[in-house]
Amino acid sequence: MVHAVISPFQRRVAVGAAFVAAIALVLILNRRAPAGDSPVEPQFHLTNIAPEAGIDFVHHGPTLDPKLDNIAPLVGSLGAAVSVADVNNDGWPDLYFTNSRFGYPNALYLNRGDGTFVDTARVAGLADVNRAGEGVSMGAVWGDFDNDGLEDVLIYKWGYLQLFKNMGNLHFTDVTESAGLRHWMNANGAVWVDYDRDGLLDLYVAGYFRSDIDFWHLKTTRVMENSFEFATNGGKNRLFHNLGAGRFEDVTDRMGVGSTRWTLAVAAGDFNGDGWPDLFLANDYGPEELYLNDHGRRFVLSRVGLESDSKSGMSATLGDALNRGRLDAFVTNISERGYLFQGNNLRLNFLPELGRFQQGAEGVITDAGWAWGAQLGDLDNDGRNELFIVNGYVSADRDRSYWYAMSKIAGANGNVFEDAKTWPAIGGASLSGYERSRVLVNRGLAGWTDVAAAVGVTDEYDGRAVALVDLFNRGVLDVVVANQNQPALVYKNAVVPGTHWIALKLVGTRSNRSAIGGEVTLEAGGTRQLKVVDGGSGFASQNDRRLHFGLGTAARVDRAVIRWPSGTSQTLEHLDGDRLHVITEPGR
Amino acid sequence: MSSPSLVASRALWVRLGRMDPRYPVSFLITLILVLGQARYGILGGYDRLAVALGVCTATELALSYWLRGSFANVQSAYITGISLALLIKPRADLLWPFALGAFLAIASKYVLRYRGRHLWNPSNFAISLLVVAAPASVAILSHQWGNDLATNAVIWCFGLLIASRVGMLHVTLTYVACFIALALVRSSITGGPPLAEIAPLTGPMYQLFIFFMITDPKTTVSTVRGRMIVAAAVAAAETVIRTAGDFHVGALSALYPAPPILALAIVGPVANVIDLYRAGRSSPL
Repeated sequence: MVHAVISPFQRRVAVGAAFVAAIALVLILNRRAPAGDSPVEPQFHLTNIAPEAGIDFVHHGPTLDPKLDNIAPLVGSLGAAVSVADVNNDGWPDLYFTNSRFGYPNALYLNRGDGTFVDTARVAGLADVNRAGEGVSMGAVWGDFDNDGLEDVLIYKWGYLQLFKNMGNLHFTDVTESAGLRHWMNANGAVWVDYDRDGLLDLYVAGYFRSDIDFWHLKTTRVMENSFEFATNGGKNRLFHNLGAGRFEDVTDRMGVGSTRWTLAVAAGDFNGDGWPDLFLANDYGPEELYLNDHGRRFVLSRVGLESDSKSGMSATLGDALNRGRLDAFVTNISERGYLFQGNNLRLNFLPELGRFQQGAEGVITDAGWAWGAQLGDLDNDGRNELFIVNGYVSADRDRSYWYAMSKIAGANGNVFEDAKTWPAIGGASLSGYERSRVLVNRGLAGWTDVAAAVGVTDEYDGRAVALVDLFNRGVLDVVVANQNQPALVYKNAVVPGTHWIALKLVGTRSNRSAIGGEVTLEAGGTRQLKVVDGGSGFASQNDRRLHFGLGTAARVDRAVIRWPSGTSQTLEHLDGDRLHVITEPGR
Repeated sequence: MSSPSLVASRALWVRLGRMDPRYPVSFLITLILVLGQARYGILGGYDRLAVALGVCTATELALSYWLRGSFANVQSAYITGISLALLIKPRADLLWPFALGAFLAIASKYVLRYRGRHLWNPSNFAISLLVVAAPASVAILSHQWGNDLATNAVIWCFGLLIASRVGMLHVTLTYVACFIALALVRSSITGGPPLAEIAPLTGPMYQLFIFFMITDPKTTVSTVRGRMIVAAAVAAAETVIRTAGDFHVGALSALYPAPPILALAIVGPVANVIDLYRAGRSSPL
């Protein structure tokens, strides 16, 4: 019938028109791709005040064995880290930045409480840790491992781990040897976690490169990954059990957590709600891993929907993304126009119901370039978490990209690129350089909107670590960023008035004193939020241990349920907003 | 003296040679799909496969009936659909590249024709177009099969076997020989490691390229000699793209993510037009 009415020519024209229309549609849809979701009016603004605040830290990356000269900018593009701790218990959070070149000091910026900071690392004994033979810093995590009320610090390195005990009066002593922690690792992540709930903080350190590699005296150039997707030749992760009396024991094999994937980031939290902290690993060149804690007796690598989704996990960020009272995980990955769209993962936690995570990343959240550190935090105090993501790998020559050269070996057999010698020389080229950070406003089920430029975040540094902290005790979260080979940024947050907040500082008694791992589920104004005291999360970073909640228009909290790391549960009702509450764990 | 099993194998081999080449090729690409998905989860979601296969098949059936009055064999659509599902790696949540890519691939067979033949391998056309026109949405498979020697070896063995039986081994071998020779030339020009230049051959993009695109009987020229010249020309065009990539020539940067596929998209149709034109001139009126 149709063939009788329409001539062959007309039919060919119709098909041709549909063909051209489809090409036009490709162009249109592609143009829409980077724009993201519909615009919103952000209710906060961020201003970099690092210079005015006296924070002049500039990171210096490692110089490596000349055998790696062809790809030195790639291999040595790690080490900028920032962690938050109130080192002198004055109620003002301080900042610790790591450096990664021999002779270049780490910095401990003491918060004077007047809007300015002063570097006290040298006096404190935390500056001169990057030395030949000892290795260079890759990050630091703070925790009161001896429960003396003072925050101690573990510096993880490409080199020997270093544990410094806080002696008070801004003085630290290196107790690595006596603690049994003098191990050479090429580590890029660590977390404090009381996995056996004995009230003492244990330590999980993530090895990236193999621990038999000394980057300044290479015996071989076969140091790279053996697969871009399922590599298992990375450094072995290690779990150190805190025995008390300042001693740690390596229990990695006994506890079953010695992953040799290329772990870049680790975070700890109770994902399945059984009261025991689990370990979530973001692995480069491989799938993420969740080690479920079996009552402190052992960890079990669990099949929870992460196994076959191999990407390049760079950062493990925990938070309640959709106000469900659940601990979700956000993992950054790599995206580059034309070459690779791995997409970031928002792992929505459905473990209690379905026994697995569900992918919740859609739209603008999926692509943040070559993304590194990220943190979930309520930047506008509306009761929902925003996402701050930093990115960019190597920013060098703007007109030359290493992506094409790298793509030559990316599909090859693993034996080829495991040897650094076979990598094409990067020279002065960039690799996903000059990328802009993302600030994503959370619109709940409606998705996320990138407001970075609108809120004043326009830098193109090679961001690595992000930490969220109320630096000036104003009831808003500020953002601190450590950039690779570049200056640190301190974004002071200005929130539009009209919203409320509450902050909780937990002090453990039966639990570890820092209350790391403590969970607070808070109900206010009909919404629910969950936060965990941070023992290290994101990439090479650690947030303020005080938990900050935005309350929106609710002036007070209806109910706060605290689950202490010891397993104790405590419920508080009708807490006033707009202030910090210090909560001490009840006794037996 | 031959054992019964040997006789049976020989009979199968002969039958394979007489078979429509699309059947063994379909077998090979299905094998790759199953192997890759089972070991490495290469699809990234069955919805992608369903969309690519569904749209390819529907488009083939609809256009063949609409333009020719009868339904076409969907073997070609099947191969194209799986090729697209394997090779297109878009931003995580996008399905439209599979839908539009599938439609454009099949439609190109009906629209872009010369003297009664289509000019581009369908998946080669669609992927090239997506890579060049939609770089913010679409990337191409570069590493997705674990960088694993065993998987590579299985695919190469079956691929060579089937290329041999469908009479296209000379294309594969010519291209591979030229690629290696030119890789060494590039290495000497740039001073880079020779292995880095040869390495792409072991990647999954090349396996799909070598066994499904450049050897597509429907879009290759008519003579053995001609096909070998075209394969060499593709390798040469690819070298131009790659060398430009090595020297960071900005004007050609859109071509760098998929040099062999785009080289074929440029050289293949030109060769086909010349071949068809020459055939037209030499045939009696």
